[in-house]
Amino acid sequence: MSILKKERAFIPLAIATFLLATPVAQAATEIQWWHAFTGRLGELLDEQVATFNESQDDYAVVAINKGNYSETLNAGIAAFRASEHPTLLQVFEVGTATMMGAKGAIKPVYEVMAESEAKFEPDAYLAAVAGYYTTTDGQMLSLPYNSSTPVLFINNDALEEAGIDSSSPPATWEEVGEILTTLKDKGHECPLTTAWQSWVHLENLSAYHNVPFATKANGFEAADTELAFNSPAQVKHIETMGQWAQDGKFVYLGRRNEGGANFRSGECALFTESSAGYAGIKSEAQFDFSIAPLPYWGDVEGAPQNTIIGGASLWALAGKTDEEYEAAAAFLSFLSSSTIQAKWHQNTGYLPITMAAYEQSKGEGYYEANLGTEISIIQMTGKAPTENSKGLRLGSFDQIRGIIDEELEGVWNGSKDAQTALDTAVTRGNELLRRFEKSQR
Amino acid sequence: MAIVGRHPWRTATVHILLILGIVLLCFPLYLTFVGSTLTRQEVLQVPMSLMPGDQFLENYKRALFRGTNAPVLGMLWNSLVMAMGIAIGKIVISLLSAYAIVYFRFPFRMLCFWTIFMTLMLPVEVRILPTYEIAAKLGLLNSYTGLILPLIASATATFLFRQFFMTVPDELVEAARMDGAGPIRFFKDILLPLSRTNIAALFVILFIYGWNQFLWPLLITTDPSMNTIVMGIKQTVPQADDFADWPLTMATSVMAIIPPVLVVLLMQRLFIKGLVDSEK
Amino acid sequence: MLFAAIAMQKKVYFRGTWLPWLLVAPQLIITGVFFMWPAVQAVMQSTQLPDPFGLSSQYVGMENFQFLLNDSTYLESFATTALFSVSVTLMAMVPALFFAVLADSVIKGSGLYRTFLIWPYAVAPAIAGIVWLFMFNPSIGVASYYLKFLGVKWNHVLDGDQAMLLVVLAAAWKQVSYNFLFFLAGLQAIPKSLIEAATIDGASPWHRFRTITLPLLSPTTFFLLVVNIIYAFFDTFGVIHTITLGGPERDTSILVYKVFADGFVGQDLGSSAAQSVILMVLVGALTVVQFRYIEKKVHY
Repeated sequence: MSILKKERAFIPLAIATFLLATPVAQAATEIQWWHAFTGRLGELLDEQVATFNESQDDYAVVAINKGNYSETLNAGIAAFRASEHPTLLQVFEVGTATMMGAKGAIKPVYEVMAESEAKFEPDAYLAAVAGYYTTTDGQMLSLPYNSSTPVLFINNDALEEAGIDSSSPPATWEEVGEILTTLKDKGHECPLTTAWQSWVHLENLSAYHNVPFATKANGFEAADTELAFNSPAQVKHIETMGQWAQDGKFVYLGRRNEGGANFRSGECALFTESSAGYAGIKSEAQFDFSIAPLPYWGDVEGAPQNTIIGGASLWALAGKTDEEYEAAAAFLSFLSSSTIQAKWHQNTGYLPITMAAYEQSKGEGYYEANLGTEISIIQMTGKAPTENSKGLRLGSFDQIRGIIDEELEGVWNGSKDAQTALDTAVTRGNELLRRFEKSQR
Repeated sequence: MAIVGRHPWRTATVHILLILGIVLLCFPLYLTFVGSTLTRQEVLQVPMSLMPGDQFLENYKRALFRGTNAPVLGMLWNSLVMAMGIAIGKIVISLLSAYAIVYFRFPFRMLCFWTIFMTLMLPVEVRILPTYEIAAKLGLLNSYTGLILPLIASATATFLFRQFFMTVPDELVEAARMDGAGPIRFFKDILLPLSRTNIAALFVILFIYGWNQFLWPLLITTDPSMNTIVMGIKQTVPQADDFADWPLTMATSVMAIIPPVLVVLLMQRLFIKGLVDSEK
Repeated sequence: MLFAAIAMQKKVYFRGTWLPWLLVAPQLIITGVFFMWPAVQAVMQSTQLPDPFGLSSQYVGMENFQFLLNDSTYLESFATTALFSVSVTLMAMVPALFFAVLADSVIKGSGLYRTFLIWPYAVAPAIAGIVWLFMFNPSIGVASYYLKFLGVKWNHVLDGDQAMLLVVLAAAWKQVSYNFLFFLAGLQAIPKSLIEAATIDGASPWHRFRTITLPLLSPTTFFLLVVNIIYAFFDTFGVIHTITLGGPERDTSILVYKVFADGFVGQDLGSSAAQSVILMVLVGALTVVQFRYIEKKVHY
């Protein structure tokens, strides 16, 4: 019954499957998957699950939305404490260290896959994507599900109106600065806005310029890592952004992707946002837009390195039966298949997680038909990642991001200078890291 | 008042000011309604139209039967069950304990009284984490019992009934005794009918209290099919990389507001009595 | 003596040994299980540092409290809560009194006005939050659009004062109705002869209001003050959660929101429990204040 309830969009299909399947097949192993997707993404996810459930009779996945990323992780943790947890849990990338630390609460994906007969080739995954969720010795802990990386969206019409040639998009922040000045001088109300400020302008900025965000290889090597994003490279960027905010060249609209509405409506000219913002922009924008790689500072040596991902991965939780893990393995294997991945990638703007899915999308001519959609992949895979650009593994990172958000807001509204704000964020964040480290003992 | 009546212009000013106040107070709701009748694109159009659009049926149908996570119809039902459960539960257990405290003498009576009083000092917002864990341990997550039971202890309602019982003449007890009626019959045949208005008034207030719960359902229902409408609304606001479906959110808001507002408007007299009584 | 009056009982009573216990049992059990036990748990957990999944936990004594008291953001949260509560109380009481005085003075239509003024009471704080957010959304909000013409650049996600103003407005909105009702009842209880006598003496309306009405309303005013502050402290979680999530910076992070955010979002269970204990002490004090008032009312 619960299956029917969950898949509203597929009720007729599900009823048919139900009626046909029940009398013959022996009870399929049912596993729950808790996720954070609603709306359009939720529908696509439901479709994947329905496809999987129809493709075989042995397993049935029940997908349940548990609110946003934070709420989903909470629901999972709370349910684990009450022993009512699902087999699979979607956890956003900042929750990675929390999940890794909870050794007794998770079952690493490589183990789940090894114990089952499902197909699993660790090498098939894009290293830049899977690396975030892989141990230093190459074991995949969770399966990347939705991954994206920040890019620059440009409203070409707005640029042309201000007399700027939109055919060669800005590559560096210096060039962005010039464009912003021109736009501002022409009376543009919102030259630049951003989504996910900490992720784009600190986490990715650090990786992209090959400077550490935190010590100990951004926390990959040891739990006694300390934040380090108050070094000159980051301070300079935040200072510049702060100045732009004061000059009305950068308009801050919220901690998440609230600014998307303003870009899609044509109000804002430039927009740094997750590559996954593509689908929404494409469906709503009434103007000519293009996608450019995330800008970098031309005076930083070695830049651009590579950007890092954001998004979420799927974790298997501990305490389930072998049959349930087998079902989970089958489902994860299904999600990794190139057909499913290619479709997911093309429909959402999220990165493909396997090389095969990337190749398939290429073969289908997707990137030619949708200019700019390949940029995110190239930007991530163009250079071999360094220890500063593999990703981040920090405890209490959700809270630390909150602190960063708070401090950055202080810079944007002019109440703090960049150095002070970043120093404060580092100090406050380190306190949380120490608390987290202690709780893990 | 006669004083004002002497100056027609002053009367007019008073009326105009009152009407202005009402317009201000009602404007947010009106705008919500307008938002619920437009298309997604129309809502995003700046500035949004201040006249209702033609998507009323479309949006409400979509909300009622599909919703974001769960159909609003189901959420409305859950809210109704929860609000009724809380109102009735609170009234029943408060009536009983007030009766015991007023009409009986028994050991530790004062201790009981104090224990009930303590609930005033421990709103759910203050003890959320441990309460949640206990509810989880008892297997109450995602159940009506879990939504209702932890909220029905009530010092306020107990005090209210206690106060009312104190005003009931003692002669009634004596007369009942003479007729050979025991405590249960006295309660059922005499006290309960006398408390009818109080119960009804309290019911109106408690129904609204129950309907408007937010934090507790947010914690205890992790399954969308158990969401109540007031907490479920938060989930219609866009998440992560998704974009906003304001008309759906606004339609859901309107439907969340209507039931308790109707209760207030239709049972105005009882509502006011309940409000005044329960805060004494 | 303080609480004795309210615990008073009938001179005539029933006898029974098990019946009274049976009658209070449901209330006591629920109070015990869902109020007392969690409270004890909170006190115990406040001395622990558990990992998020509850797999292990260590005793840390007063460290959670020390961590909080050394955390300037926690102390800021007290100030934020105070500012928020006082603002909500003022924003909810002043207009309510104004409308109540107006409504009390009209002869025709006062019932109708009352009806239209009391319905917002039924709107849940969380929904009030959504509704006001919709109006003041910096991108698409109708109010923020028209504010532009008044020279106000509305962006509450960046401007802490605007964010505070918005949550205060949303929280006060429904409370205006509540206060209005009580003020109106208070005004109607004032003997008209008093006011008429003053009128004959030639006192101006403002003078009459200040010297007669306001003093006579003071019990109601004091009562509403306490109720509104308690409301702002504990019942406004939904407003913050739907509009600002405590931001920008920490400008709207009130205590009740912080308990939730640290415990349920940050997974810092020790700190959340310690905050719960501090809040319990706080609400305990507030309740005693409120109760003293109840006492007075019971006595007169």
